[in-house]
Amino acid sequence: MNNRLSIRLAVIMLVIPCSLLVAFTHYPAIQALINSFWNNSSSRRPSRFSGIENYQALMEDDRLAQILINSTIYALGTIPLAIGLSIGMALLVNSRLPGTTLMRLSFFMPTMLPMIAVANIWLFFYAPGIGLASQILEVFGMPSINFLGRTDTALASMMFVAVWKEAGLFMIFYLAALQSVPTNLKDAAKLEGASALRVFWDVVMPLLRPTTIFVAVNALINAFRLVDHVIVMTEGGPNNSSALLLYYIYEVTFRQRDFAYGATLTVLMVGLLGLLAIVQYWVLNRKAHYQ
Amino acid sequence: MKSTGASLSVKGLKKSWGPTEVLTGIDFDIEPGGFLTLLGPSGCGKSTALRLVSGLDEVSGGSILIDGKDVTKVPADQRNIGMVFQNYALFPHMTVAENIAYGLKVRKVAKPVREASLERVAELMSLGPLLDRKPAQLSGGQQQRVALARVLVSERPLVLMDEPLSNLDAKLRTEIRSEIKALNKSLGITVVYVTHDQSEALSMSDTVVLMNAGRVEQVGTPKELYDVPATVFSARFIGTPPMNLLAVADVSLPDGVAASYGNDPADLLIGVRPESMQFPAGGADYSASCRITSIEYEGSVSLLHLTSKSGASFILSHSGDTLPSLEEKITVGWTQSAAHLFSKRTGERVLTSS
Ligand SMILES: Nc1ncnc2c1ncn2[C@@H]1O[C@H](COP(=O)(O)OP(=O)(O)O)[C@@H](O)[C@H]1O
Ligand SMILES: [Mg+2]
Repeated sequence: MNNRLSIRLAVIMLVIPCSLLVAFTHYPAIQALINSFWNNSSSRRPSRFSGIENYQALMEDDRLAQILINSTIYALGTIPLAIGLSIGMALLVNSRLPGTTLMRLSFFMPTMLPMIAVANIWLFFYAPGIGLASQILEVFGMPSINFLGRTDTALASMMFVAVWKEAGLFMIFYLAALQSVPTNLKDAAKLEGASALRVFWDVVMPLLRPTTIFVAVNALINAFRLVDHVIVMTEGGPNNSSALLLYYIYEVTFRQRDFAYGATLTVLMVGLLGLLAIVQYWVLNRKAHYQ
Repeated sequence: MKSTGASLSVKGLKKSWGPTEVLTGIDFDIEPGGFLTLLGPSGCGKSTALRLVSGLDEVSGGSILIDGKDVTKVPADQRNIGMVFQNYALFPHMTVAENIAYGLKVRKVAKPVREASLERVAELMSLGPLLDRKPAQLSGGQQQRVALARVLVSERPLVLMDEPLSNLDAKLRTEIRSEIKALNKSLGITVVYVTHDQSEALSMSDTVVLMNAGRVEQVGTPKELYDVPATVFSARFIGTPPMNLLAVADVSLPDGVAASYGNDPADLLIGVRPESMQFPAGGADYSASCRITSIEYEGSVSLLHLTSKSGASFILSHSGDTLPSLEEKITVGWTQSAAHLFSKRTGERVLTSS
């Protein structure tokens, strides 16, 4: 029997995915790179090559500096929060408590909701005076806070929304990992005198490490990828305090219609993500496996 | 590291998972320094019994006494019991040294003491060059040694082992078998050992507890189990090949045996070990005529597979020089002392011969 594909079929099957990749990934990326070396066209004069002018502007952009700091805080904050929350939820759901199926469903629900819907829910939650957050503060006798309207709380508020949305999905991964931890390893540690907490730290957590790295990578990607809630809830404000890099790109490109600078920012973002990807692959290869 | 063993006494131990009763009440006792084996087919509840003794699972009934003290309600980590798990349960992210010393570290033993103990045990189990490796970098036999070392380092008076040799090849198995036995004797540790392999149980134990479907079938020394099986199950489980059990119709009995059995003689089962059967049958008390259906050559002996008049098949272990030929009709015999009589109805031993 001859199982080999005919050359013609092979070429067709290669060309279809490759052309999709080129059309929607490589071509736009390269086009953005090219655009970043040209300035904007206007009704009076066409676009012209401007060398590294756009990049010089980028270096001197104070707003961008602030936004990069925001993005860093946002990423570094959401990753451990998402990991902690999803492990906690997975442990709860994996326990022998009653009602774990219902818990599982309710923890996973936010993941299934579109980000816009999540943002709307949290708009109500944060609403000063009437929102649940304010009412909770009131119970403890504290004054109501306009979470989204203050420079010192807006970014943190965005972080909670993102963590709430993504932790449910990460919980599923942790749940699978928890269930694959051999029971006799925990039993062995228990017989050696380890407390439940000690068993978790010494035996379970190290075995969850591949999952933790996977979750950290995804949380990091989400930190750059998800900005719908910023657009809906704060528009980066007040005073840029909740603006993230992708939000800035959106604003520059589609609100200010500065396509050249938008392209330059996009190149910056792709570069940053590429760098992170390299670091993560290096970490993954070194740390994720025991066998 | 001479530690003296603890005594263990298990009384009426019961365990149910929901509606299914896995252990229906088992009893056994071990002296300090003894070697007791829980033997039985897979699924009969051996591991369950061991986990109850260790405290990893809660009993549904009965009690467990260590050195005379009732520990039935004592948590696992306070029973001072070591355990070797079936697939070793080594921590994959820790080195061999960390694995062995983990318990000492948890119990906050001072570092110099810890290192001294580790060194001693590593030497005892010849693990010296492997201490910095991860478990995945060890062979099955080496992993087994680490698991043993981890238990020994804690100097527990009572050690439980759940089929510790089942993942090893035959040669390693006999090697580690004698190592475990030697450790038991030289260190004086009490060992409760679980296996489904009857030859392992017979060769290692002081006492064998033969289990079947959640209850104890027979307790005794290996010799007692082999020589005087208390039930049909016992007779069939112990020995390779196991005991032959023939109906009265196939056997010509000595005078008076059938008559002295109070019940219907047709209820009798006549047991005889393949190695106690003689061929030719000259001068035997019992005899059976049969046909040879196949011959298995095993070196020191040949196994003759026989078929009786009524079509029942049985085995004779033949050590003589002259081999009969295939399909030949022969008569085999055995003495009164080699015969074991059981009741077909109750499965119990009857009319203890000799
Ligand atoms: N956690 C459990 N839940 C329900 N049934 C169990 C559990 N553990 C063991 N059993 C049942 O108990 C019986 C005895 O199991 P086990 O003690 O592991 O047998 P063995 O070790 O003799 O092979 C089996 O039928 C098994 O299905
Ligand atoms: Mg078992």
